[in-house]
Amino acid sequence: MANRIEIGFRQGIRDALGEKIKKRIVGHLRIHVDSVNTIEVYTVDGDLAPGELEAAARGPLSDPVIQQYAIDRGLARGFDWLIEVGYRPGVTDNVGKTAAEAIALLAGKPIRVYTSRQYAISGIRDRCTLDLITRADAERIASELLANELIQHYEIIDGKTWDPAQGIKPYVPRVVGEDRPRTEEIDLDCPDEALLRISSERVLALTLNEMKILRDYLKNDAVLARRREVGLGDRMTDAELECLAQTWSEHCKHKIFNARIAYDGGEGESSEIDSLFATCIKRATREIRERMGADDWCLSVFADNAGIIRFNADWNLVFKVETHNSPSALDPYGGALTGIVGVNRDPFGCGRGAKLIFNTDVFCFAPPGYDKPLPKRILHPRRIYEGVREGVEHGGNKSGIPTVNGCLVFDERYLGKPLVYCGTGGIMPARINGEPTHTKEILPGDLIVMTGGRIGKDGIHGATFSSEELHEGSPVTAVQIGDPITQKKMTDFLLVARDRGLYRAITDNGAGGLSSSVGETARLSGGCELDLAKAPLKYAGLNPWEILISESQERMTLAVAPEQIDAFLALARKMDVEATVLGRYADSGWFHILYGMETVAYIEMSFLHDGLPQMNLQAAWTPPRHAEPDFAETEDLGGALKAMLARLNICSKESVVRQYDHEVQGGSIVKPLTGVVNDGPSDAAVIRPLLDSFEGIVVANGICPRYSAIDAYHMAACAIDEAVRNAIAVGAPLDRIAGLDNFCWCDPVRSEKNPDGEYKLAQLVRANMALYDVTTAYGVPCISGKDSMKNDYQIGDVRISIPPTLLFSTLGKMEDVRNAVTMDAKKAGDLVYVLGKTFRELGGSEWYALHGAIGNGVPKVHAKTARTLYEALNRAIRAGIVASCHDCSDGGLGVALAETAFAGGLGVEIDLAAVPAEGIVRNDELLFSESQSRFVVTVSPVARAAFEAFLAGCAFARIGEVIAEGVLKVDGLGGKRIIEENLAALKAAWQEPLAF
Amino acid sequence: MPQQIRAIVITGNGTNCEMEMAHACRLAGFDEVEIVHISELLYGEKRLDDYHFLNLPGGFLDGDDLGSAKAGANRILHAAVAGSQERLFAQFVRFIVAGKLILGVCNGFQLLVKLGMLPGFDGHYDRQTVTLTYNDSGRFEDRWVHLRVDPSSPCIFTRGLSGLYLPVRHGEGKFVPQDESILERLYRERLIALQYSDGDCREATMDYPANPNGSVDGIAGICNATGRIFGLMPHPEAYLHRTNHPRWTREDLPEEGMGLALFRNAAAFLRNDDI
Repeated sequence: MANRIEIGFRQGIRDALGEKIKKRIVGHLRIHVDSVNTIEVYTVDGDLAPGELEAAARGPLSDPVIQQYAIDRGLARGFDWLIEVGYRPGVTDNVGKTAAEAIALLAGKPIRVYTSRQYAISGIRDRCTLDLITRADAERIASELLANELIQHYEIIDGKTWDPAQGIKPYVPRVVGEDRPRTEEIDLDCPDEALLRISSERVLALTLNEMKILRDYLKNDAVLARRREVGLGDRMTDAELECLAQTWSEHCKHKIFNARIAYDGGEGESSEIDSLFATCIKRATREIRERMGADDWCLSVFADNAGIIRFNADWNLVFKVETHNSPSALDPYGGALTGIVGVNRDPFGCGRGAKLIFNTDVFCFAPPGYDKPLPKRILHPRRIYEGVREGVEHGGNKSGIPTVNGCLVFDERYLGKPLVYCGTGGIMPARINGEPTHTKEILPGDLIVMTGGRIGKDGIHGATFSSEELHEGSPVTAVQIGDPITQKKMTDFLLVARDRGLYRAITDNGAGGLSSSVGETARLSGGCELDLAKAPLKYAGLNPWEILISESQERMTLAVAPEQIDAFLALARKMDVEATVLGRYADSGWFHILYGMETVAYIEMSFLHDGLPQMNLQAAWTPPRHAEPDFAETEDLGGALKAMLARLNICSKESVVRQYDHEVQGGSIVKPLTGVVNDGPSDAAVIRPLLDSFEGIVVANGICPRYSAIDAYHMAACAIDEAVRNAIAVGAPLDRIAGLDNFCWCDPVRSEKNPDGEYKLAQLVRANMALYDVTTAYGVPCISGKDSMKNDYQIGDVRISIPPTLLFSTLGKMEDVRNAVTMDAKKAGDLVYVLGKTFRELGGSEWYALHGAIGNGVPKVHAKTARTLYEALNRAIRAGIVASCHDCSDGGLGVALAETAFAGGLGVEIDLAAVPAEGIVRNDELLFSESQSRFVVTVSPVARAAFEAFLAGCAFARIGEVIAEGVLKVDGLGGKRIIEENLAALKAAWQEPLAF
Repeated sequence: MPQQIRAIVITGNGTNCEMEMAHACRLAGFDEVEIVHISELLYGEKRLDDYHFLNLPGGFLDGDDLGSAKAGANRILHAAVAGSQERLFAQFVRFIVAGKLILGVCNGFQLLVKLGMLPGFDGHYDRQTVTLTYNDSGRFEDRWVHLRVDPSSPCIFTRGLSGLYLPVRHGEGKFVPQDESILERLYRERLIALQYSDGDCREATMDYPANPNGSVDGIAGICNATGRIFGLMPHPEAYLHRTNHPRWTREDLPEEGMGLALFRNAAAFLRNDDI
């Protein structure tokens, strides 16, 4: 029998969550409510005696100082509408799990707890308003703000009919499933149409050609003979089909990046590319490493779950960035939370396993103020913004990993799919028990052990969301909610196990679940034998194929030597982490999956991993021509500057930044916010991972999707330059910067639905060419990367595609963090310099966007010149004579100068005529051109000669001075004063837009 | 005076500041500093009795799912130590009665308060009389704050300090006493060792964001009557070196971070005290 325990605040205690919800109801939905009171509901399923329920309510569930409770009756009083929101069956309920553990400790027996939350809403009751809340309003509040019907259900109760003595009857969202696991066999010996139907009905996402390869595989006599030995025949089991579809998916196999591409570059230029990944990305890294020779600090690139580089003789660094876009579109909170705790497992499951030391997150959204009608099934961008922000907050903060920096990018084309990039870095000892940690080894006979969470139907076919309506009683499979504490407990345990040498290899369970984690690691030994019946499940009713490919979170797969297994399992038990032996690694050459005694999959390892032929694709580049904007230069450049500072892509992100813990672990050196009152925008993060050393890590990002509208080559080049120059700005030396590429594209394969696929593929080709050109010019090797190729939305005739977006992330090493430089002006009297030349490059700029234009003059990276500048600037920084350094990016020189000034609380007086420039005759263009590889630097006058000597040979100029008066003064090209603005006004313009 | 002073830093179940907390203890001169997983205490492999200074670091015990540190407090109150008759809570009480030192930071402070160890009036260490609840802003915030120190407080940890500048990083830091009489007694016994204050660390403040969470009377940290148990929301272990300061690139600061003083006071007290 189930009981309900309701917990609410006592009279007079402030309900901060209720107030926040009220603000959103009024602000976002424009429904006038007077108050919102929240009540937490615990539905306890476990036959507890009244005394036990009382002890649970009084003890762990409520706070006696500020809260009250009610058992099996309603606590809410005096409301117009009561909305209760709970989870659907099978959805992860972290609070319910914690409550169950806490109550079990009191009751001495296992129980189940399900949570929900009530919102008691009251309208405004004064004599003159008749603005009462209608049922329709309550419905809107529930469906558009409080509940996501994909994972939650809600109930609305009218205050007029409410009887608190009766309350609400307990509802237990238990998964009711039949526990009769079965394996189906599918006949692939059928016509093409039937093959395609099988692929689409089972959400396999395999092409006809790929399906035919599977069909033909089962016609091979040698294969059939082996299959008969294990009891299989000439039909494929569902487990085999699902496993092959997962292994051969775009997500796991990167078919587009590995395709053979016929590229037509226009103007008679054509070429054939045998894998963009091999010829652009890997080749660049290989050439850079060859040049480094004995000084090569790369240890493991493109081989493991993350890239590994050397930090110093004793420690290695690990870094990976992932995306979690589709799930975040459906359930922003759960999708993003799963994204961050998911990427945590990549460095954690890399080599021997790394301790996680920083997160960096980049989100691309449609503007939160979007006010046009929303296409079907799309959540409002503000809801996505808030949900994603909160999901990553919970994932990062609760895991105890500092979120050291990140950025937000806004563009309406992210309406169909937001991009949620989550990156995580780790550190590992270079050797453990004398053995290197950056490689992996598995021996035949090693045990396959799964640790952490249990397996449910979560995330089955996660990447390809099925359009089927979800119904009561069936667990939600498309989206899932991460559980950072289960993962933290597991990582705490595994780090101890690692240092004691209790396992040989580790990898994570992400996309594809066990199928992927075991399938991949089994390559190291040459096969495996895995019994799915041994896997711990969240609830009964999973078929073997579902257990195999479920993407349930918080799981790692380990290879444990038989002689270590007892110690490994004992430590797991002690540290309260579930660990289960599922089978053995082998050298049989076969991927052998059983369910108890019965074989459910038997696939040759070589076929599983190498049976997929290379894709052939066409790419055709035709440079777009946009109208050149034609607007007169404004007289009010001060006003223009304020308008630019208030652009969503430029304005302060402080409200988001402060909600992430950026200082946990104690090594914070350059924080995301800096300056005289801690609110200026830092270019990059600096942290000190080892508290007894001054060696540091620099983390930065570059992203500029607007330039894709003109040429994705320059979009990519600029993103790489931005990530590198941000790292340079705080003090990273160019020869110790590693890169990560993360491509998010719109579908680049031509089809009926996607007629311009060849153009989009050409954009991808060009972006990769830029990656090769710029990374090799800088000597910045990519060490890992990721791609997500289908960021489109299509329902009916509405198609929304994201702009091709490359996030480039950098990881630098500083010898001494005490040399780090921040972006805020430091002292009146310091000299202001601009480094790097400004060209008339306003194509795709924020200035043109403000005028509704794109233009054509996209910024270009002059990598050779920039490299010389970066090296010179770094020498000056290491000499300790750079007072402040800020990179010029969105909004150009004008924005960089304003930020430098108001972050420092000091004015500047600038002469634009002194700025090194080419082809510019207008002040607005000089102020807002987005030419790359530029910095605003301030230097003490006593260091002038030394600084200028370091920069000799580079394009740079002294353009003014820092002044005590809090005013930004700019003289224009004609010598006339064109801007004179108070810092307070500039800063207010910059801070206001996202201050909610 | 003990020959060796030993610090224990408890971790597990979502605690996450154990590393820098242990580092602070080492810098402060403790002879032995051990990070101990709570399972080692529950399995009887380690005992609190073997240490002099107990550190309860920040983090999210059990995700703070039932309210900050609630499930963690429930565990300490009710979980038994394997192979013995006693509950873990009994070890805590013995530790306190022996006159040893306890420091709870952030989630550790929340834990002390939810257990009842702070303020622990009249030796009732399991009776909760104050709480730390959701910030008035309704959100988690990471920001640096100025703190006023009560020079006449019995608090061992804040001895000799005139003010502090430290980061807060929490979503549930608003201090609320059960009623006026509790608050009055906290004042009377000078247990309010730290208050959020204006920039010169003189006057307690209710102004956001100087008072980042709406704590009653700006209360940021309290001690028990002996001054040997101390809890605070701001993170002293996050400011151990000048480069942790948000403005170290623009201000002249001492090499040593302000937060270390609390740990130095603990070490000095234990070296000179008869435990």
